[in-house]
Amino acid sequence: MKSARNTTYTTTAKSLHWLMAVLLIGLLALGFYMQGLRLSPEKLQLYAWHKWAGVTAFLLLLFRLAWRVTHIPPALPASMPKLMQFAAHAGHLALYGLMLAIPLSGWLMSSAKGFQTVWFGVLPIPDLLDKNKELGDLLQTVHMSLNLLFVVTIAGHVGAALKHHLIDKDDILTRMLPAHTKEH
Amino acid sequence: MKRIALATSFSLLALSASLAVHAVEYKQVQTAKSSIHFTYKQMGVAVDGKFKRFSSQLSFDPTRPTAAKASFDVELASVDTGAPEGDEEVAGKPWFNTKAFPTARFVSSSVKALGGNRYEVAGQLSIKGKTQEVLVPATFTAQGNSAVFDGSFTIRRADFSIGEGSWAKFDIVANDVLIKFRITAASQ
Repeated sequence: MKSARNTTYTTTAKSLHWLMAVLLIGLLALGFYMQGLRLSPEKLQLYAWHKWAGVTAFLLLLFRLAWRVTHIPPALPASMPKLMQFAAHAGHLALYGLMLAIPLSGWLMSSAKGFQTVWFGVLPIPDLLDKNKELGDLLQTVHMSLNLLFVVTIAGHVGAALKHHLIDKDDILTRMLPAHTKEH
Repeated sequence: MKRIALATSFSLLALSASLAVHAVEYKQVQTAKSSIHFTYKQMGVAVDGKFKRFSSQLSFDPTRPTAAKASFDVELASVDTGAPEGDEEVAGKPWFNTKAFPTARFVSSSVKALGGNRYEVAGQLSIKGKTQEVLVPATFTAQGNSAVFDGSFTIRRADFSIGEGSWAKFDIVANDVLIKFRITAASQ
């Protein structure tokens, strides 16, 4: 076992975190906005963009998971109670799980509804499911529910980071910031 | 003498029976075994749909294909685009305007044999008050007592003012629409 553990995130890890933060919040906002629109050319355009961005987020996640497995992140402060450490790990696991499950549910939903996903209009993503109205409606509910859960989990993530910064006054939040160069 | 007459009438009967087999005419369209599908491109992605209700009159005698006739009446409100909001939208004014134009109609004017089991049907297609000449290639396959006709042809939705206003541009929904059909007709 390695005794000296990193105290900082790699630039790649930080970049992936913030890039995906912006992308995923944008995807969430677009998703909730577009589904309420009346059918129009703009709506179809937005759906296509949402699907392209969703595939992009999924690919970024795969890269991020590979990076996460090969680059051990800095440890949580030893001052953190065990229960809080467990909650932090569980929260991060939930975030990763949702980032994986949400695009998959969207892809399957598109397949079942008969609207294939073609990445940037160029690369067709194979349909894993045949057209099936009932299954499509079910997957729409699944996609929606997972996203509501994602919003709650993100709120918890942001809330926890702010709590660390403002109340615990530790470096949990700042060590994810680009300018953070503190060496131990 | 009587025997000869009997024999002659038997052979005449047999002859007419064999003629009847050869001169089979397919006229009874079986809608349950027939379908009209369409495919169009939405931002470069092929999307399928179909019409659930249509009626057809058809007569086809393989020995006299050029005398064949076909007509179709498609109930446009029975469109299935794959999404309820899509079905609602295309029934509306900018698309089919089904209130004013409930049916699309195709009437054949001539049939050309292309060799083998392939035929070309020329006819007039009327949708939304506009009529266009179309050429429809079709194949004929005998299946037991039935004939199965398969074919497809492409129309341009703009020719029939399908998708007006904000839908008139082709960047989101392409102009070309491929119509695919399978018609099963039984002999009488």
